[in-house]
Amino acid sequence: MSLVMPAPDSRVLDRRAAIVAALCAIVPGEGVIDEPRRLKVYESDGLTAYRQPPMVVVLPETVEQVSAVLAYCHAHGIRVVPRGAGTSLSGGALPLVDAVLLGMAKFNRILSVDYADRVAVVQPGVTNLAVTEAVSPRGFYYAPDPSSQIACTIGGNVAENSGGVHCLKYGLTTNNVLALQVVLIDGTVLRLGGGHLDAAGLDLVGLMVGSEGLLGVVTEVTVRILPRPETARALLIGFATVEGAGQCVADVIGAGIVPAGMEMMDRPAIHAAEAFVHAGYPLDVEALLIVELDGPAAECDHLVGEIAAIATRNGATTCRAAADEAERMRFWAGRKAAFPAVGRLAPDYYCMDGTIPRRRLPEVLARMRVLSEDYGLGVANVFHAGDGNLHPLILYDANRPGELARAEAFGADILRLCVEVGGVLTGEHGVGVEKRELMPVMFAAADLDQQLRVKAAFDPPSLLNPGKMFPLLHRCAEQGRVHIHGGALPHPDLPRF
Amino acid sequence: MQPRDEGDVAEAIAQARAAGTRLELRGGGSKADIGRATGCAVLDLSALIGVVDYDPAELVLTVRPGTPLAEVEALVASQGQMLAFEPFDHGPIFGRPAGAATIGGVIAAGVSGSRRLTAGGVRDHLLGLHGVNGRGETFVAGAKVVKNVTGYDLPKLACGSWGRLLAMTEVTLKVLPRGRTSASIAVEGLDPAAACAAMAAVLGSAADVQAAAHRPAGEGPALTVVRLEGFGPSVAARTATVAALWHDLAPRSLDEARADRFWQDLRDLAPLGQGTLWRINTPPSAGPAVVAALNPARWLFDWAGGLTWLTADDACAVRAAAEAAGGHAMLVRGGAALRQATPALHPLAPQVAALEARVRAAFDPDGVFDTGRFTHAD
Repeated sequence: MSLVMPAPDSRVLDRRAAIVAALCAIVPGEGVIDEPRRLKVYESDGLTAYRQPPMVVVLPETVEQVSAVLAYCHAHGIRVVPRGAGTSLSGGALPLVDAVLLGMAKFNRILSVDYADRVAVVQPGVTNLAVTEAVSPRGFYYAPDPSSQIACTIGGNVAENSGGVHCLKYGLTTNNVLALQVVLIDGTVLRLGGGHLDAAGLDLVGLMVGSEGLLGVVTEVTVRILPRPETARALLIGFATVEGAGQCVADVIGAGIVPAGMEMMDRPAIHAAEAFVHAGYPLDVEALLIVELDGPAAECDHLVGEIAAIATRNGATTCRAAADEAERMRFWAGRKAAFPAVGRLAPDYYCMDGTIPRRRLPEVLARMRVLSEDYGLGVANVFHAGDGNLHPLILYDANRPGELARAEAFGADILRLCVEVGGVLTGEHGVGVEKRELMPVMFAAADLDQQLRVKAAFDPPSLLNPGKMFPLLHRCAEQGRVHIHGGALPHPDLPRF
Repeated sequence: MQPRDEGDVAEAIAQARAAGTRLELRGGGSKADIGRATGCAVLDLSALIGVVDYDPAELVLTVRPGTPLAEVEALVASQGQMLAFEPFDHGPIFGRPAGAATIGGVIAAGVSGSRRLTAGGVRDHLLGLHGVNGRGETFVAGAKVVKNVTGYDLPKLACGSWGRLLAMTEVTLKVLPRGRTSASIAVEGLDPAAACAAMAAVLGSAADVQAAAHRPAGEGPALTVVRLEGFGPSVAARTATVAALWHDLAPRSLDEARADRFWQDLRDLAPLGQGTLWRINTPPSAGPAVVAALNPARWLFDWAGGLTWLTADDACAVRAAAEAAGGHAMLVRGGAALRQATPALHPLAPQVAALEARVRAAFDPDGVFDTGRFTHAD
């Protein structure tokens, strides 16, 4: 593993046997894993370029066990990496060699559903899709729908503030969570928020969501559920230029329409998807839009007409409304298969996740093409066009020496470009280990210091998920971002990891 | 003190920190009568005004916090857009004309109106900010795009922070298209429990209502109203859905003037008259229990029952009823003696209060913003 992680604590590694024994006392039975062969299962998450088996895995079943595990680790200075289903695309659940991996998979029950108040109380190991499945017989669903929703857990969604293709209209995880039960690193169990809207004090639920497992371990989540829209309609619109597609998106928003989803693909992504699933995509276009509308049939019918007119005004070369549900699903089949489809073009691909102001899209794609030639690596783009969230897929071959490093450097340049045009490093995948060292591109030292102080308010010894989200000190200093004068660190009150 | 720019704000806070004095942050002063009098110096942010950037197609507005709310709303309305969380001006609640409220004050106080039920609150629309912490340091948090998960979501903490963490110097908000048409459908004569059940039935359907509120009998009969917004054909179809769901309750559409009056009453709380005013957040189905426990002379439900506005003088009874209903109660308006004795914000569970204190110290280690105006633990 080329990635630099916090230096292992030899005092912890030396006590490994005692730590395993202590964890076995807290979580009896099958709840502790320490055989190397079985630890390998946990060595990486969705960002498979990085691998590191943990020191030990613990799979608690009760809040009391979670509290006891954390209190033990806190008392003994042992690092802890929380994990849901391990689908993070930013290495958020990457283990450390000297850390306890706290797996929440056994917290897999839906505790209650209240249809009058439209909330469900679930344990964090419940999968995203299972929430929707549990409430769908009554005509409800859980709106955030990350692409990994079959596998990813609600706890992981809370940690990463997960989105999905429908979040322009329905919001990210943070907009759909009302309350959390959280265990702090010292074992304190807290209830934040409630069944009501808006907290009594500071919005600590809002702070916890998207904190990437660095502030506390979530043991219960209260989510909002919504009645499923009556109908959904989709349009497939092709453009001869990216500019035309971008202007069409702007004009749809300008016309007062907030589609349920608005996805764009560039030429390489269109061709890859069409070759893979034969969705019926036009191949003579530079950009393809899928626009989905949901709501009452009367609304969808009205808006299909409006959007078709906007598309025509912007020079669409093809514009098709799905005639039926089967055709709508076909439109989506290509988009949903875009990642594996692009994956057939090269042995490996690297999925990026920046957000840009939409108006800068043509320029960003043009500069990405130049970077692609400079690095000698192909790139295909899928884009949550409504909210400006770009997913460039960089093609490479990990078996060729140096190519992974080149892909990573290309990806970093793309994210720098996103920030340069007024955007951000990550729209929905999280910072994790992947974009950690790029944080100073977006935030000045004072901005990061403020975030680190918040971290210290929850976890003073920095034992929870170290090495994620924040740049590591020595890398930072090498890059001249932390200036050390006379051997004195600025802000000595801050934890550094 | 009236700073003109971020540099002035930082300097004023740094000086207060060095001098060991405390600062109360203020925008337009429309909420100055909330909380107890502290005698602390006021840092007046109302000169930090102006629109920094507004691109309607990007759904993003960046503005300085002292900008009057009315100006911000007029600007976005001119582009067919809105602040979807439906903020309102507290002036009329305190017997003063509307117009003083600033966008920064709305954010700091977490002011969301009727549409908060379905469109989200301030917290769901603040994308980023520039601010000055209690150390007198400037920093940025969040960003200026609608979708971002980079770093901790510190803007969430600013919403409803009541000036206890930072002074905002620039804010970026998500804006949304305003519905082209609107319809309000009402039923008369429901008791609190029946009203909440009727509103829950609509919210659990595909009618996609934007707001749901209830006013008990007073000048007229009790009125339970839902509001639908959107494109004409959609509002028409959804109106039919509501009418069908409420078939047995004899629903009728309110004409525009009556509808406007109903929703305006929920903003300025005119039907509640004067007297000690509370704002109680609970699960929607628990609203009737709050009313039953306190039997207030005057009250209103917004957010389908999840927000109860009521007048009552017994602070202990109000807070106990709110807690029993799984919620919390804020003292919004009251006499000086009551406000001196009763914290405006609902006291937190001890361990949550301890964490909140640590988070506050992370922004403001020396307590420059700890004026004791809203909680008495300071």
